[in-house]
Amino acid sequence: MTRPVEMPVAAPYAATPNSVSRVMIIVMVALTPATLFGFWLYGWPAIYLWMITVGAAAGGEAVCLQLQGRAVAPVLLDGSAVLTGWLLALSLPPWAPWWIGVFGGLFATVLGKQVFGGLGQNLFNPAMVARVALLISFPVHMTAWVAPLPIVAAAAPGPIAGLLITLKGMQPAFDTVASASLLGFAKTELSRGVDLAQSLLHAPIQGWYGSRAGSLGETATWLIAGGGVAMIFLRTITWHIPLAMLLGIAIPAAILNAIDPARYMEASTHLLSGGAMLGAFFIATDYVTSPNTPRGQLVFGAGCGVLTYVIRTWAGYPEGVAFAVLLMNSLTPIIDSYIRPRIYGRNRQGVALEPGK
Amino acid sequence: MRLIERFFKEPRWGVHPDDHKRPAADVPLRVLPQPARVHMPLQQHVGGAARPVVLVGQKVLKGQLLAQSQGNISAPIHASVSGTVTAIAEVTAPHPSGLGFAAITIESDFADRWIDTDPVADPFALAPEEIARRTAAAGVVGLGGATFPAAVKFVLGRRLGVRTLIVNGGECEPYVSSDDRIMRDFPEQVVDGARIIMHAIGADESLVGIEDNKPEAIAAMTRAAAAYPEVKIRPVPARYPMGSDKQLIQTLTGKEVPADARAAEVGVLVHNVSTCAAVHKAIRLGQPLVERIVTINGAAVTAPGNIFAPLGTLVDDLLAFCGLAQAPARLILGGPMMGTLLRHGRVPLVKGASGILAFDAVEAAVPEVGPCIRCGSCTRACPMGLLPLEMAAHIRSGDLDGAIGYSLSDCISCGCCAYVCPSHIPLVQYFSHAKGELSARERAKLRTEAGKRLAEARLARLERDAREKAEVAARRKAERAAAKARVPSPQPEPQEAST
Repeated sequence: MTRPVEMPVAAPYAATPNSVSRVMIIVMVALTPATLFGFWLYGWPAIYLWMITVGAAAGGEAVCLQLQGRAVAPVLLDGSAVLTGWLLALSLPPWAPWWIGVFGGLFATVLGKQVFGGLGQNLFNPAMVARVALLISFPVHMTAWVAPLPIVAAAAPGPIAGLLITLKGMQPAFDTVASASLLGFAKTELSRGVDLAQSLLHAPIQGWYGSRAGSLGETATWLIAGGGVAMIFLRTITWHIPLAMLLGIAIPAAILNAIDPARYMEASTHLLSGGAMLGAFFIATDYVTSPNTPRGQLVFGAGCGVLTYVIRTWAGYPEGVAFAVLLMNSLTPIIDSYIRPRIYGRNRQGVALEPGK
Repeated sequence: MRLIERFFKEPRWGVHPDDHKRPAADVPLRVLPQPARVHMPLQQHVGGAARPVVLVGQKVLKGQLLAQSQGNISAPIHASVSGTVTAIAEVTAPHPSGLGFAAITIESDFADRWIDTDPVADPFALAPEEIARRTAAAGVVGLGGATFPAAVKFVLGRRLGVRTLIVNGGECEPYVSSDDRIMRDFPEQVVDGARIIMHAIGADESLVGIEDNKPEAIAAMTRAAAAYPEVKIRPVPARYPMGSDKQLIQTLTGKEVPADARAAEVGVLVHNVSTCAAVHKAIRLGQPLVERIVTINGAAVTAPGNIFAPLGTLVDDLLAFCGLAQAPARLILGGPMMGTLLRHGRVPLVKGASGILAFDAVEAAVPEVGPCIRCGSCTRACPMGLLPLEMAAHIRSGDLDGAIGYSLSDCISCGCCAYVCPSHIPLVQYFSHAKGELSARERAKLRTEAGKRLAEARLARLERDAREKAEVAARRKAERAAAKARVPSPQPEPQEAST
C-alpha cells in the first residue's frame, strides 16, 4: 500500500520557511523608505542612476552566470545582485553620470563577487569594492554632491532634464545647486586652517531629518536606521555589528570632541553624516563578509567604527566607511578563526569541563 | 510585549519549528485491534542483539520471553501477542537502507492470553538491585528514541550516587505526541514509575520537564504528582531540542554535562516519561515491555492520532488502521527532525518508535539547495555551540581533520542547523557522512594496529624460539665437551632438550 521512496534524504525532514531570497527581500524592503525619500530629495537623476546601477549589477551577474554555463534566472532571482547594486547606488552622488552606475554595478558583481565564485564566496563586500574603485578612479565625479532639491520643487529637473543630467553629466543650468557633503566641507576647511567653530557656521544645510548634501543613503539617516532596527526585530540581522560599529564611531568622537571641539566634530554629527548608518546596518552586516559569531561580530563592528572615525579624522578622505568595512572584511577569516562560541560541555579553550562543577 | 519577551527570554539555542502536534495529540487514544501477525526484531535496543529461546512451531503466550539478552548492554524480547511462532527470519529493518534484520514472527491466536505475571505490591520494599533486575528482565529500554537498556542506567546512577532523576516529558519533535498522550492518560503510571526509578537509583528528587506547549499534560501530571512532593513538575519553554538530555539537564538544573562524560557524572539521570510508565508496568504488574503508544501523523493520514499497539505490528497495519488519504510521499519513523526514513511500510514497530509519519507531497518537498551565505543562522541555532557552516565546509572539501578541529564529535545530530539554513544545505548529511568516515577510519586504524601487534608478537616469538634453540644447542655442546673431558659417567639428559 505504501510505495517505496525513491530518494533517501537525511533528516531533518522539515525546513524553515526562510530562504535566501526572503532574506534579500527583507533587506530591500528595509531599504525602500530611505530610497524613496532619497528619490524625493534628489529627483529624476537619482532615480535614473539607481535604475542604471541596479541594472548593471544584475547584468554583470547574468553575464558571469552565462559564461559559467549556469542557469541565470534562478540565481538572479535570489536577489543578491540587485541588492548589491541597490546598496552601491545608495552610496553614489545622486546626480552622477550614467557610466558611474554602469561601471560600479559591473565592478561590484563581476569583480567583487563572481570572480570569487559567486554568492557566499567573496571576501570583500561587493558594493564597497565597487564604491572604492569608483572613488579612486573618478574622484571628481564621486565627490560632486548636490544640495537636495525635492522632486516637486520648481527648480528641480523634470523627467527629461533629469535624464539629460544622468546621460550627459551635470548641466550648467543646475550648477547653482552643486554643494559639498558636511564631512568633505569640514575636512577642506580644517585643511585651510579654519576650525570647526568657524567653518560649521557656513556649513551646508543640515535638515535634522536628513535633507543634506550627500548620497541617497546619507540623507535619509533616520529612515536607514529605522530599516535597520526593523531588520533586527525580524531577526534578519543581529544587533551586534550595528551597535558595535556606531559605538566604535561615537566613543572616540565624543572623547576627542570633549577635548578639542574646535578640531573634532561632535559624535552625533559623525553618526548622522556620511555612510555611518547605511554602513552599520546594511553594509557591515553583510552575512558573507562578516564574522558569524556574536562576539566576532562585536569585534568586527567595533573595528569598522573605529577605522571609520580614524579615516574621517586623520586620513586623506573625508569619508571612511567603505575603506573601514573593506579592511575589516579582510580580517573576517582571522576573527572567525580565533573567536568561536563556547561549546556545550567545554570551556572556551575547547577543553572538557570538570564533572562536579 | 510578546515580541520583547520573545526577544529576551527564549533560550539562545535551538529552533522553533511548527509543531503540527494537534489535532493528533488531542484525539483520544485508540487501541489497535489484534494484528494477525507480529514480527519481533531481536535488535530493538542499543547493545547486543537478543538470542532466541523459542522454536518455530512453539506456542507462546503474551509476555513470554522470546529472546534473552546477550552481554552487559542488551535487552530481552517478549511476545506481544499470544499465538504460534511461525518463523525466525529476516524482516526489513527500520533503516533507510531497507536492509533486513532477524525477527521472530508470531501468528496471533487472537486470544490475547498473558503469561502468569509476578506483580509486586510494594516496590519500595524491594532492594534497588531487584528493581534493576526486574526492569532488565522486562526488556525496558529508553522509549524516547535512544533505546538504551533502562536497568543499565539504574545501576550506573546508583554507583555514581545520582541525587536527581530528570523525567523527560519534553517531546520536542514536531508531529509526535505519544509522550503527551501517556502523560494525559496515564499520569499516575508515569509518576509511580518515576518514584520506582528514584528508589532504584537512590535519588531524592525527580524533576519532570514538560514543554509548555502541552498544558493538558502539565495539568494531569501536576494532579498525579500532588501527593508526592519529591516529584516536581517543571514546565519548560517549547523549543527544539528541549527533549535532548543535555539541553533538558541544563534548562532544569543549570548543570552542563562535560564533553565526553555521562549525565550521571554531574549527578543527574534522565529517563523518558514513557520509560517511567514501562517501569511501572514491569514492576507493579510484572508485565514486560510488549506494547507502546505510537503517534500516527502526517497529511497523508486520514485520521491521525495516537495508537496503543503491540510491538512488532507492521507499520502498514498501523497506517491502514488510521487510514491513508493517499500513498505517502515520505514515510518516517520517529519525528521529522531526527527520525529515520522508511523505504516502505512492511517494517515492524520497534520499542523506540514514538511516531510514524506519512507525509504528503507538500510536506515531503525538499527545497532546492543553495550556496552558503554565511548568515550564521546555524551557529545561532546549534544547541551545542558548534559552527556547523565551518564543519560542513571542511567536510565538503574532504578535510575531516579540520572538521574534528571544530569539535564534530560534540554534534548531537539534532538537525537544528539544517532546519534553519536559508539555503537548505543538508548539514546533518555532511556530519553523518563525516562521522561514518571517521568511525570507518578508526576501525581501520584498530585493525592495522592489531595486525601490527600480531606481526610484532610473531617476530618476537620467532626470535625467542631461535635464541632459545641456540642457547640449548650451546649448552649441550658445552656439556658434551665437559663430558668428554671428564671420566665418562652416566648422566641424565638435561630437561631443556625437550624444548
